[in-house]
Order: sequence, then C-alpha cells, then structure tokens
Amino acid sequence: MNRFADLIDALVFMPSRNGKIRLLADFFATTPDPERGWALASLTETLVFHEAKPAAIRQLVAARVDPELFALSYDYVGDLAETVALIWPERPERANSLPPSLSEVVDTLRAAKRSQVMELVEGWLDTLDASGRFALLKLITGSLRVGVSARLAKTALAEWGKVEVGALEECWHGLTPPYVDLFAWLEGRAERPSAGHGAGFRPLMLSHPLEEEDMAGLDPAEYSAEWKWDGIRVQLAAKGGERRIYSRTGDELSAAFPDIADHMSFDAVLDGELLVARDGVVASFNDLQQRLNRKTVTAKMIQEFPAWVRLYDILFDGDEDLRALPFMERRARLERWYEAVRPRRMDLSPLVPFDGWEPLKSLREGARENGIEGLMLKRRDSAYTAGRPKGPWFKWKRGALTLDTVLMYAQRGHGKRSSYYSDFTFGVWRGDELVPVGKAYFGFTDAELVELDRWVRNRTVRKYGPVREVEPGLVLEVAFDSVHPSNRHKSGLAMRFPRVHRIRWDKPAGEADRLETLQRMVVG
Amino acid sequence: MPAAPLAKHVPPERWIKVCPEGLFVEPGGFYVDPLRPVERAVITHGHSDHARPGHGHVLATPGTLAIMRQRLGEGAGGTMQPLDYGETLRIGEVTVRLVPAGHVLGSAQVVLEHAGSRVVVSGDYKRRFDRTCAPFEPVPCDVFITEATFGLPVFRHPPDLGEVNKLLHSMAVFPERSHVVGVYALGKCQRVITLLRAAGYDRPIYLHGALEPICTLYERFGVELGALRPATVAAKDDLKGALVLAPPAAVADRWARRLADPVVAMASGWMRVRQRARQRGVELPLVISDHADWDELTQTLEDVGAPEVWVTHGREEALVHHATQRGIRARALALVGFEEEDAG
Repeated sequence: MNRFADLIDALVFMPSRNGKIRLLADFFATTPDPERGWALASLTETLVFHEAKPAAIRQLVAARVDPELFALSYDYVGDLAETVALIWPERPERANSLPPSLSEVVDTLRAAKRSQVMELVEGWLDTLDASGRFALLKLITGSLRVGVSARLAKTALAEWGKVEVGALEECWHGLTPPYVDLFAWLEGRAERPSAGHGAGFRPLMLSHPLEEEDMAGLDPAEYSAEWKWDGIRVQLAAKGGERRIYSRTGDELSAAFPDIADHMSFDAVLDGELLVARDGVVASFNDLQQRLNRKTVTAKMIQEFPAWVRLYDILFDGDEDLRALPFMERRARLERWYEAVRPRRMDLSPLVPFDGWEPLKSLREGARENGIEGLMLKRRDSAYTAGRPKGPWFKWKRGALTLDTVLMYAQRGHGKRSSYYSDFTFGVWRGDELVPVGKAYFGFTDAELVELDRWVRNRTVRKYGPVREVEPGLVLEVAFDSVHPSNRHKSGLAMRFPRVHRIRWDKPAGEADRLETLQRMVVG
Repeated sequence: MPAAPLAKHVPPERWIKVCPEGLFVEPGGFYVDPLRPVERAVITHGHSDHARPGHGHVLATPGTLAIMRQRLGEGAGGTMQPLDYGETLRIGEVTVRLVPAGHVLGSAQVVLEHAGSRVVVSGDYKRRFDRTCAPFEPVPCDVFITEATFGLPVFRHPPDLGEVNKLLHSMAVFPERSHVVGVYALGKCQRVITLLRAAGYDRPIYLHGALEPICTLYERFGVELGALRPATVAAKDDLKGALVLAPPAAVADRWARRLADPVVAMASGWMRVRQRARQRGVELPLVISDHADWDELTQTLEDVGAPEVWVTHGREEALVHHATQRGIRARALALVGFEEEDAG
C-alpha cells in the first residue's frame, strides 16, 4: 500500500501531464506484479468490490475520535477521506502489524461480504500511515480523483513499454486486472496479449483540420461531405450480448448512457456522434454536457437530456471486418445495415451533396443551427485507418465568432506558467458596467504572455488570493465556436471553446462590445 | 496582634492583561511580544510578528537580539538588554526568566513569577529535535499561555527525515529539474539545510538573496550549514538539478523563472493538508514545521501540569476543548481580555 500511497500523493500534486506520465512510468518500472496491476486497475476504475459509504466511514472515526474535535477538523480540511486519514489515531508501532500491500487489500475486499468491509477497513487504518490511510479511503469509496484518466494511464504504459498507444488500446478490453500478461508484453517478455475481441475497442480514425491552402490541391470529385455534429465521437461495439460505448480514446461510457446501450441489440461496431436530441432535433452541446463525466445516470436525467447517436461509419458487421473497404462502400453497407436493423435512438448522418468547393463553402457558412460544428470531408476511397493519417479525412469547421471584450481578472497558471498570469476572465459592457462572459487560457504566443503578465501586474486594482482584478483597460478580441444560454454565469451566457484571437493594445476599453451583441449570437 | 502578612496571592488574570498593544505584565510594567511600539518589551523570538520595531527598551536572549538588530537595524529598539537562558532578572515586582522554546535560534519562553504564582508564556515552540536551536524545556507552572498554530488533531507532523527523503527522492526522479523549496528566512531555512546535511546531502545549496544574512548569523552562532551559494548570480545551467531555497512568496513568482523547469516544494506544517498545498501551487509538499503539532501541544499541557491554560494565536477552539475535557481550566486569551474589561 505504501508504494501506491506515495504514487497517489505525488499524482495529486503534479500539475503537468508529462510529469504525471513520468511518475506513472517510474511506478510501473519499479513496482512488482501484481501490485502495479492493481494500482493500474484502480486508476482506470476497473476494480469491482463492495464500496464503503461515507456514512460508514464517519461512524468508524466517531468511535475513535472526540466528535467535537472531528467536527472542527472536518470544517477546516473539507474532505472526508483526508480528514479521517489525518485524524486517525496513530498506534504505537508493533512488529507484527505490517501495513498491507495493495494486492492484499484488493484480494481481501474482492472476497469479502458487504457486511465485513468496514471491519477490514478499520483494521487497515490502524496499520497504515496517513498517506496510506488516504489512499485506502479513496480506493474504497470508489474514486481516486488524482487527475489521471484511463487514457493517461494507458499513455504512460505505452511510453514506458515503447509501444503505440493504439496497439495497447486494441487489446485493453480483453484484459483483466492485475494485468500480468500486459506487463509481460510491455517488458518484452511475451507477445502482445490477444485482443480477445468480443465488444472490444478499435482505435478510431481521426481527421486533420482543413487549411485554405490545402483546398487548391484537392479534387472535389474525390471527396464526400457530411456535417460535423457538435457532440462527442463514440464507438458503439456490440457482440454476443456484450454492449459497449467507447469515447474517442477508448474510455467506457456504457454505464452513463443506458438509453443508448439498451438499443444495441445487434452484432456490429459503429462510429458515430453522441448527442442530446429531442424528437430528432439536436440540442446544444451544453445539454450534452449535463450527461458527461458521470459514472451513472438517473431516470430524470435521461428524460430531460435524452441521448442520441448519429452514425457516421461501420467498422464491423457481425464478424466481418469492413475497415479495409473504401469509405463509399462502407457507407453503402452502413445504410443497408441501418435499414435492416433500425436501432432506436440512432439515425444516419446524411451525406451533403455538393458540386465544387465554392458552393460547399457557402453551405458551411450558412449552417448556424444547433449541433453543427462544420463539415467533414472524407475521401471516397479511404479505408478506415487507426490514428490521424494526413489526407483522407478533413474537418472543416465553420468560421469562429469573435467579440471584443475587456480583460477583468487574471489568475496564475499551473506548471510552467505558474509564475505568469495566464488565465484570463473577460467581460463586455452592460450599461456602464462590465459583466464577465468567459475565460480563456490560450490563443497567445509566449512573447505575448510576457506582455500580458506585465500588463496585469502593473494594472492590478485588487487581489483575491491567486486572482488579480485589473483596471478595465485592455481589449481582448476573443474567438469562440458558439454561445449558449447558461445559468452558471452572471451574464446568462456561456461561450463554447473561447480563446484569445488578438490582443487589441490599440483599442480603448469603452469601444469593446456590449452584452446585447453577444445575446444576438445565441442560436437555438 | 496578627502576624505580618505573607506575600498576598494575586491570581494571574489580575496582573496579566490583554491590551490593544498586546500582553501586558502590569506589576513589571512591560509587554510580551507587543504589537505596537511600547516603552518596555520582552521579546520571545525574532519572527516579525513577535519582534516588532520601535520599542524603547527590549529584553531578549542574545540570539534574538542579534536577529532583531540584523532585521530591524536602528529600529530594533532604544536599548537592547540581553538575558541568557536560565538567568533571572527582577523587573518591578516580577521575576523574569527566559527558557528555551525550541522554535528558532534564540527563541525563549518567558517565565514570570509574581505574588505567589508562576506564569509561562510559551511564545512559539516545538518539541522535536532541531540542530539549530536549544530544545524546549517544560517548566511547571500555574498558568501556561500556549500558542495553538496547529491546534487541530489533523496536524501531526511526520518525522523530519522522511520528509527530507521525499525531497531527495524527487531529485533522483527528476535529475534535470531544479528543486526550489519555499522556506521562511528565519529558522525554517537553516533547519532544512541541517536536515539535508544530516541526511547526507553535501552538494552546495543555492540561496535566494533574502535568506543569506540569517544563514550567516546562524553560522556565527555555531550552526554549521555546509557549502552555500547565491542563487541570484548562478548561471541557469548550474541550477539544473540543483537545490534552491527561497522565501515562500518567491518560489511561484517571477523570481523562480531563472530556474530550470523547477519542482516547487514548500516546507511548512500547513503542507499536511493537501488542499492547502495545492492552492499554493506546490508540487512537493514537505511537512516540516517549527511549531508544535497537535500531539506536541497536548503533551506539553501534560508536561507543564498547569491547572489553567490560556490559548493564544491559532486554532484555539479545539485545544480549549481538549484541555477542558482533561479537567484543565482553559480559555482563549481574547476572552480573558474581555472579561478583564468587563470587570473594570
């Protein structure tokens, strides 16, 4: 448990992605089986055992610690697992009470009855140190929250084992904790484990953004166009009763979207866009966001934000692998398959007929309704290739909206940017006051960041902890994809994907845009 | 004819008062660690919230006086009177003695005796071993006035060596990055250096300019710190993989840009709570404190055996609760002050 606890501690504090990868790689390289495999399982949330409820943990600590002292401490610390970990009375060390290994904890928990869990936990809390107790409590309450996604853990494994992350993802869903065969492969001691494909994940084919200069070299006759829907890319994989919904990076979403999984009574692997749609009308990305980042979902959420999948492609029909076929042939197969199966809560993403780039360009500019992010161009003869090959698929996002805003607050960044004010909150005029409308972290060069940082330090009017309020004197031209009503912001609006487009050193703040202008940009 | 009256017992709350200037010892006419300039001050230690400038007459240990002179220069006080640990001095109707507090170089508890009672003002203190200062001595007393900076049972400082090893381990995992540790200039800086030396780290340690004078002072008082170098003039390449100490405010600010992709560490008792550490942008929290943790605070109440405890700065509530449970009369000091005023 100690090695695992140290890893959890280090990950909690590590701000940078690359740093996390280094810490994980160091851990995998220096920790033996099966300990590292169980750690991997807990990071990727593939462990299954009876979890402990917060109320049960509070009961445990109430038996050990004066309730008033606990209450004062909990108020101060704010997090239950951390408070209990820190306040749990240390026992005088005894030679016969070695702290348990993570493997021992996991093995015991998996075999335990629900009624035995708290007694086990209490015994372990007595033998672990504060970091160990924290890791144990996070583990048994079912969420580590150390800023490591399953994807990041896999990336670290792939970098450490010097294999392609796609190759790892392809076999991942056939593996089970503690992943002894996976580590054997990554250490070069064995072949890659078989993918064991039931409803396993197949790495997705991704596109490149289309640049204006690319267009001249492309023959419109070789490409097929369709709308790029503003949801999240998913893969639906169903086989022999097993049903899985994967994100673009192979993370599983099945449990959070039963309203889709319920209708996957087929044997196929499909590529599509996950959306929220009511009566076939796509809702804003904001609505979809209500359903994301949840492990489970309530009936009420399903009713209010019904999920929908708009299908782009078919990878497998039964056991038949269609990925080597040209796109237009796969499209025909997809249409035939859809006619025959007619799965509920799914439809086909229609192709957009066009003759020449110019007419297509005006189609793209005209499309402002909800759910459309732009156009996809796919070579008619393109095979379905994992990764992001340059050439066969392009995304052609519609032009961004822009707005002249006034810088209001700045906050220091993280990691390399921790000494720079690099997170900017900006606002627009409502009457003669500024109301914040969004936040942007990028869109400027390193040299511009130095200038912005200096400007913020010289024009600070107030400090709130790490945040500085600045005088209203700098106009930021902000670009964003769309804007939606939102009750999370004072202005009642939320921008999608805002970034600093240009710094208008020249423009007086009084001439920045007004809230009414932004309100007119709202769609749907 | 009645016998000549013995020294009349006067309870301490009648002769030690909380005033806007600070803790006032009335029969001696002096304040302990006053917040504003006063005529006579007894200073427990050199940290700036305790040793403020502008007093007419200052009494403190030689170490504390040296620190005050260095930090405050002319403003350190009109006259500076040293009192060694263990020596006694009569001031007005009060006998004063200074006893080691184990907090930083020169830090002292103030032992006050008057009218049949003994009161100990702890100042800031800790109980664990520290090569840079004399260890805390518990003095039995009637009233113990204690700090409570870490007065919650979640604050238990782990052994120093483990924390220093965390730092050394990180330096091994990220050998090309510099490690910058946020330390208070007085006390924490020198303690961290001696801990590193004791753990076998013998390479030069680089210092932010603000830390150098106090290190030199400690060395003058016989504390060995090994090879120290100024970080400010070092070439960026020299600082790759180096250990740099800087004041907490400098580590996450512009000053740190001279360093090679630094790992930001902070040595403080507050680092025990993850959320506090994360708010400060700390990547490597080191729980190293010059204050007593919860166990040391409660142990000290046992050791001095005072029937009455007044709790000053920090999280008073929990320690008052704990002491009361143990049958000790305990109050937060601010309340004592209010009661005095109400009583006229």
